[in-house]
Amino acid sequence: MENRVALITGAGRGIGAKIALTLAQDNTDIAVVDYSDESAAKETMDALAAAGVTARYYRCDVSDFSATKAVVDQIVKDFGKIDILVNNAGITADKLIMRMEEADWDRVLGINLKGCFNMVKHVTPYMMRKRYGRIVSISSVVGLMGNAGQANYAASKAGIVGLTKSVAKELGSRNITANAVAPGFIKTAMTDALTEEQKQAMYKLIPLGALGETEDIAQAVKFLVSDAARYITGVVLRVDGGMDM
Amino acid sequence: MNILEKLQEILSECKGEDLNISPETTFDELEFDSLDKVDIVMQIEEAFDISLGDNMQLSTVGELVSKIEEAVANK
Repeated sequence: MENRVALITGAGRGIGAKIALTLAQDNTDIAVVDYSDESAAKETMDALAAAGVTARYYRCDVSDFSATKAVVDQIVKDFGKIDILVNNAGITADKLIMRMEEADWDRVLGINLKGCFNMVKHVTPYMMRKRYGRIVSISSVVGLMGNAGQANYAASKAGIVGLTKSVAKELGSRNITANAVAPGFIKTAMTDALTEEQKQAMYKLIPLGALGETEDIAQAVKFLVSDAARYITGVVLRVDGGMDM
Repeated sequence: MNILEKLQEILSECKGEDLNISPETTFDELEFDSLDKVDIVMQIEEAFDISLGDNMQLSTVGELVSKIEEAVANK
């Protein structure tokens, strides 16, 4: 069977890289779209090549409307199609709202939310003509619960939920599904830096009593883009150990 | 490629099958839904480098051809 093609933003490292590798193990060719220099994603690109799929790296700022159009067109030229879009690229610029600068707001909303709009906008015409598409955007429990110090980030992640549900309604008739995954606290370099005391405080909020792994997010994405999830659209799948319910 | 031929190509691609259209063909018989119509308008705008606006009320392919000719002439 012909490989599917997934465009994954922010796939150079972290959760995005894990999603890319997990889909690659499922015979999916990968277009990695990331803002960093390609050298930062070398490990990911090597691992994708080792998985035996076609993988290419595209450097692009997802908040740039015309740049995302150019990169999507180039990916369709290179791969022939885009079956799966995973909007994963995201940044934080945490500050209490009293101290938050306009630039902190604009930058976070630009990448996290407008970035999703840009990719969905440019990818869906291709999906519509193929009468097939799987879109998964990475939201966050913070978008559902709010979080002190993250007004910009939380707003962007809540915005992804509204975008996802609207796209699900608009494009359902074309066999295009749109879903969101809302991670809770996931073990990353950022959480590794926390003190034991801070970690214990976090565990109290999580019924399953542990941080999640990037693998947990990747498996949720893998499910939502699979045929097993063909009748699921417009959902927000929380992967948070029960933190928000 | 003339306008009708280009339209034939765009409409067929949108429908996912080879359509045989003439100026007398009506949009009712082609059974495009609202999403198709938006997609078609966007493709026409790109193909002819024109702007058609969002609210086109057209009943036949011939009317659409005239509309495109008019927009191309006014560029």
